[in-house]
Amino acid sequence: MSKPLIELEHLSRRFQVKRNVFITAVSDVSLTIHEGEIVCLVGESGCGKTTTGKMIAGLLKPSSGRILYNGMDVTSLQGKAWEQYRLGVQMVHQDPYASLNPSHTIYDIISAPLRHHRYVENETAARHRVRQLLEMVDLTPVDDFLDKFPHQLSGGQRQRVSVARALTVNPSFIVADEAVSMVDVSIRISLLNTLLKLKEKMGLAVLFITHDLALAKYFAWEGRVGVMYLGKLVEVAPARQLVEAPQHPYTKVLLSAIPEADPERTRHKQRIELRSMDVPSLLRLPTGCAFHPRCPFFEGEMCEKVIPELTYFTDGSAVACHPVQKQRAAELQA
Amino acid sequence: MSADTLSIRNLTIEYQAKRGAVQAVRNLNLDVRRSEALALIGESGSGKTTIGLGIVRLLVSTAKITSGEMIFRRFDKTGQVIKEFDVLKLSPGEMRAFRWKDCAMVFQAALNAFNPVLKISAQFADTARAHGYLQGEALRKRACELFDLVRLDPERVWNSYPHELSGGMRQRVLIALGLLLDPPMLILDEPTTALDILTQRNIMDVLKDLRDKLRFSLIFISHDLSLAAELADRVATVYAGRIVELGNVYDTFQNPQHPYTIGLMSAVPTLTTHRDNVSSIPGSPPDLIDLPTGCKFHPRCPLAIEKCVCEEPTLSPTTGPEHLAACWRWPEAKQTLMPNPK
Amino acid sequence: MTILTHSLAGFWRETVKTLKLIARNKIGFLGFLLLVSLVLMSYVGPLIVPPETRADTTQIYKTPSREHPLGTDFQGRENWVMLVHGGAEVISVAFLAGLLTTIIAVVVGAFSAFLGGRADELIMTVTDVWLALPRGILLVVTAFFISLEDVWALALFLAVFGWPSLARQVRSQFLSLKKREYVEAAQLLNLGTPHIIFREMLPNMMSYILIALVESMTGAIYSQTYLVFLGLVPFGNNWGVLFSLAYAKNAIYNPNAMWSLLVPMGGIVLLQLSLIMFSRSLEEIFNPRLRTGV
Repeated sequence: MSKPLIELEHLSRRFQVKRNVFITAVSDVSLTIHEGEIVCLVGESGCGKTTTGKMIAGLLKPSSGRILYNGMDVTSLQGKAWEQYRLGVQMVHQDPYASLNPSHTIYDIISAPLRHHRYVENETAARHRVRQLLEMVDLTPVDDFLDKFPHQLSGGQRQRVSVARALTVNPSFIVADEAVSMVDVSIRISLLNTLLKLKEKMGLAVLFITHDLALAKYFAWEGRVGVMYLGKLVEVAPARQLVEAPQHPYTKVLLSAIPEADPERTRHKQRIELRSMDVPSLLRLPTGCAFHPRCPFFEGEMCEKVIPELTYFTDGSAVACHPVQKQRAAELQA
Repeated sequence: MSADTLSIRNLTIEYQAKRGAVQAVRNLNLDVRRSEALALIGESGSGKTTIGLGIVRLLVSTAKITSGEMIFRRFDKTGQVIKEFDVLKLSPGEMRAFRWKDCAMVFQAALNAFNPVLKISAQFADTARAHGYLQGEALRKRACELFDLVRLDPERVWNSYPHELSGGMRQRVLIALGLLLDPPMLILDEPTTALDILTQRNIMDVLKDLRDKLRFSLIFISHDLSLAAELADRVATVYAGRIVELGNVYDTFQNPQHPYTIGLMSAVPTLTTHRDNVSSIPGSPPDLIDLPTGCKFHPRCPLAIEKCVCEEPTLSPTTGPEHLAACWRWPEAKQTLMPNPK
Repeated sequence: MTILTHSLAGFWRETVKTLKLIARNKIGFLGFLLLVSLVLMSYVGPLIVPPETRADTTQIYKTPSREHPLGTDFQGRENWVMLVHGGAEVISVAFLAGLLTTIIAVVVGAFSAFLGGRADELIMTVTDVWLALPRGILLVVTAFFISLEDVWALALFLAVFGWPSLARQVRSQFLSLKKREYVEAAQLLNLGTPHIIFREMLPNMMSYILIALVESMTGAIYSQTYLVFLGLVPFGNNWGVLFSLAYAKNAIYNPNAMWSLLVPMGGIVLLQLSLIMFSRSLEEIFNPRLRTGV
């Protein structure tokens, strides 16, 4: 295993909604992402995955907990070290229509950071580097794109420009926040393949935030997937293992609810019913395990009163669920 | 005598843009059968939403329906035709009656388009009044009946404002509103996009339930193949303003005949696909103002031959009379593009 | 030498392109032509047409005819000559006042939006207080005490009273742009605050700011006419003065004198109209989506 690049230690983030009313968007999340690793963060809307991504990128400050970048606490970083962190973690946003400045040409957009940080000495070098980057993200023929404005490109092409822009500062970590959700279905895979290719070539680590478990499994084929629910990380496991043998009840419910592009399979799929259809609001989180009011495997007092800890097992997976932890412990002893 | 609720023939819809005419729908032929669920699958710019809007004639003012006919038929309980007319020939007053009584539509992202200052009860009352339907207590009872069908708590929803309801709940309210006057046909544009997985599941179950109970024809427009696999009886793949494949849902998914459909299915990973079996379609969707010659998919098709560049194929039967595809080389399509079965 | 001709050629190309863009909006183009004509008339005209200095009492209040194209005023002076000479001051004050107002408003609005927090609150409170003061009356009262001899003084004076409402609008524009994802990306790329304000946000506000400029100009024209009418601004012969003089000489009671009232008023109205019509074309120039169609 390569060395840890980003370490999240008991990360939490609260937002003030009204005078004395707070919602906890992210609660006690701990996760380690290694150099060159791919991790997907999945969950439904409001689960805190985007907030976590923004905290890692330094756009939001955690309310409590620490983020370590290359072993150093990011809040203690100053000057050059801080700049290294800032440039080392880049983000690709969800909306291809809002992530590029409509008044700038593609060349302007990509050359701006190159010139600002003096990665290139003159105009010719800048042009050369921009062309290189556009080729790396498969936007060819390059000359077709250099002098165009964002509105003249398709959604998928714009996302590629976003990626190229992120690469200008030689990052070691990219947070892709729902980067393909607003792109046409047939283009999604192509975009993800480009990201995978870049990861291989440049040794990038990628955090891919999505609500689509099938995409997560594809992208993190060699990596891990983390499932979030109401601000908490409830399960982490290697991607294929998570999808084929989920452990947390929420993951099981999600997987059983996802329709598939095969009428035979999807119409006869075994559905796991929830105990209640009400989604708890972040303003009034349930006590104990946040999932217990809806959990089909609910086991009584323990689930109601005690918040389960995310416990790591020897096979690299981790679950925050009392019944599962009890069972695993029993298996170990047997 | 046709037993179809809607028969579209040679429908052509164009938009006027600065650069030229956008050919959104070109010579479309389609039949929607009684009580069937038809999925119109396509990506952005395929023309699928324009078809939906065209059926209820709620296109933008820059759009023109330049040709075609849309025959709509109403049947009685025994299956006899009681009314038959061409939707395109209706007067504005008749159109207003058509929309909602004969065919209702729930637009894309309509769940975000509620009037925030009106309670749900007021929105229902507005619609009912506009179509000379029930009012007051009778309306409330009818609405609550529908809320039950869509699995909403009637008491809670009737008196609330839109912002008090979740996205999934608002979508179900819209479906109930669409069914208010008991139309024989309902059109849904991207009904589950932007909804969470568990909410999507809920909506799909609700729609299945409704169809079982009320037996209306359903046209739903989506880019989501799995939605079609769940709900549809027949699937039509739309590309560059035309249907390129049409067939029974099982046939289409297990035995796709058009390279675009095959490409689309390979491009969407499912929970069980192996990573190596996923591949995207090269190129990008065509410019609807400046369409390529012949088959509009040929620039992206690995099977394209000269005939494909010169002549546009028509939708014709392939493996069976009910499974149609618009491709000159459909017999070879399956073998070359899908080496590893799913 | 070639570099010079190269850049001149480029400049020419840009100008032609811009003219084409203006021409796309019929009303805007009309406004543009009208504005150009008025500017030419007011700045080039006086070089050609000698000013009217003598009074000819035999020609008082003549209606328009071949000898007196736009009639004469209460002193027998030609109205059309006064028209030609009276525009320069009005246009100069309007343009300068508009420019100063816009600059102050943009700087205040941008700073306030960017600093945020307490500083933002403070600046906005000051703006709101300033906004709430009755501008017209303040203008009049202050004009009593400060001498407004020249164009710059008047322009500055008008700007000082005109910036608050624009500042608030500019601030909201900045706040909404601040949330855009491309601004967030620029922050992640550590491009620095000056870059973000001037290269990321400002270009997207250009059409907005220019329209605000035009509005400030029209507002300045009203304000100065108002001040001149009340006799608070000791100016020579501009349209506002002509108008107020004619009014003071009871032109409204004399049908023949009507023209000495209508001509300067016409000048002011045409200037306002040309500005407002021209602003329709401004969007065409600054919105890249519309620009690339040319």
